[in-house]
Amino acid sequence: MIDMLASRSYFLVAFLLSGIGTYMLIGNANLIKKVIGMNVFQTGIFLFFIASAFVDGASPPLVSAPEPYVSPLPHVLILTAIVVGVSLTAVALGLIVRINDAYGTLREGEIREVVRDE
Amino acid sequence: MSDLPAMLVAFPMLFSVVALLAGLVRQDTGWPVAVVATAVQVVAAAVLADRAFEETVTYVVGGFTAPYGIELVVDGLSATMALLVAVISLAVLAYSRVAGPRTNAFYAVYLLLVGGLTGMSITGDIFNMYVFLEITGLAAYALVASGEGGRSALAALKYLIVGTVGASLFLLGIGYAYIATGTLNMNDLSAQLAEVGHTDPLVQASFALLVVGLFVKVAVFPLHAWQPDAYAGAPDSVSAFISALVSTVAAYALIRIVYTVFTVEFLQANPAAQSLLAAGAVVSIVFGSVLAVAQTEIKRTLAYSSVSQFGLVVGAVAVANETAMIGATVQLVGHAVMKGGLFLTAGLIATATGARAVDDYEGLIQRLPLGAGVFGVLALAMVGVPPAVGFVGKWYIVLGAVEAEAWPLVVVILASTLLTLAYFARVLERIFFRDPDGSGVDESQRHSSANQNAERSGDVDVSALSTGMQMTIVVAALAAVGLGMLAFEYGQMLQPTVAELLA
Repeated sequence: MIDMLASRSYFLVAFLLSGIGTYMLIGNANLIKKVIGMNVFQTGIFLFFIASAFVDGASPPLVSAPEPYVSPLPHVLILTAIVVGVSLTAVALGLIVRINDAYGTLREGEIREVVRDE
Repeated sequence: MSDLPAMLVAFPMLFSVVALLAGLVRQDTGWPVAVVATAVQVVAAAVLADRAFEETVTYVVGGFTAPYGIELVVDGLSATMALLVAVISLAVLAYSRVAGPRTNAFYAVYLLLVGGLTGMSITGDIFNMYVFLEITGLAAYALVASGEGGRSALAALKYLIVGTVGASLFLLGIGYAYIATGTLNMNDLSAQLAEVGHTDPLVQASFALLVVGLFVKVAVFPLHAWQPDAYAGAPDSVSAFISALVSTVAAYALIRIVYTVFTVEFLQANPAAQSLLAAGAVVSIVFGSVLAVAQTEIKRTLAYSSVSQFGLVVGAVAVANETAMIGATVQLVGHAVMKGGLFLTAGLIATATGARAVDDYEGLIQRLPLGAGVFGVLALAMVGVPPAVGFVGKWYIVLGAVEAEAWPLVVVILASTLLTLAYFARVLERIFFRDPDGSGVDESQRHSSANQNAERSGDVDVSALSTGMQMTIVVAALAAVGLGMLAFEYGQMLQPTVAELLA
């Protein structure tokens, strides 16, 4: 069991990160920290892809490097996914600015109270 | 034009930029640009659909041959979705000219959403589908936030966070499938997954992640939490547009993933996978309806109604035979027309009378006969009164479930008609069988609320309604009934596509 986990430490870290991110996303009352949690969660998934591309003793996927190469496709996919993640964060932060203007707070519970009083 | 499939996606996105740039020169130019773009889109989608129903159209993007490059595959089902997206987006524009929002930025995002939805409908590459899923999501979050005040921003943020988790699970599922097979092309994946073995844990995990990710986007109970807030917090034209298309195309993606990528053999090899789909369907139908009955706000009732209606589609996916799949497609198209129409009608009623709660609808037939009449027709169509399209979809799905001898599903689907009636009857009874001054209320209460009632029945402002708004909802009502007549014929047209899908 320990051996299996040790040989797959990259995957282990990736999923730990995802777990921590999910916990922040759900458990934290502050909206900005929720967005940070979302980012950490996504980063975990990105690292999972990158770790899956690893080949023992291979060089980076550059033509000038000697063969064998690590698989370049997951890198390309994750580049796209990172761009998507950045846009999502930007939109989320934009919304949070508006929420702060409207309710004067970023804490979930306080916003709920303001909404109830309206 | 051999580049038609690629143009179908690129065109609205290009015009989205045009709408944004035109706004720098002159305000209020977004609407005409959007109309031109969606009108062209309707024609292009119709031409493509005409070809796709004869033979599946494939297109290789950028000259990289499949399975290495990205492939666009348009069969009868994708063409239906692309055409549906184009037609609904044009119809909602007719409503939104006066109803708003009117900024150029709004129409730029609107066209981006059209592009994203079309892309999801016609792509044949699973990672490409993820990218379009996120484009659709981003545009939808921004549209929900285009309403005024903190409420729409809060709804949009909730939608964003939950939607992103769903899309990320979808991405993780793609990762598992890629690790198992080394390919991303859907057709190639289905062959390779079969080679790896349908009971391989990697393949099973991939299926679970992809399906749960899409469940979030379709808003299947209990992953629906973002949906009522988003629909209720958005401006009326946006709720109509999003309710009609975003979940619909996500449900289409579910059909693609389950049948094109994983195939029916996978479901046969993994009864648990089929149970997952069936359980999602049953829970969605029942709890969606129950929650719809409990709502006081009309837009939230309609939102929960969608949760329950999409349960039917997921149920059809679980049944996995030709009849049920035709039913699912008819239900998707019919739901888009009916629910989009209902949200627009609710918006029109709110614009004219200010009524947004179920209780404000009392005696609406006397105050606003057009809005009340259309609402009645669409609601009954949704319940499944023949010959409306809601009836045909349910008919095919039930027939499919009977063929497959999935008796628990048959019972729930039949009961869903009654459940749908339960929440619409509440509204219809208030519209048609109560007086505007609230005759059901006893004397003392009537006095206290007399002022309010006078206000309520007094300020019907028909001048606030544009011809476009009125025409759109009438067309929606006519379409809901008219499509019902055409649906059986359409079902036969779809037969070869569905047969190939389930092969």
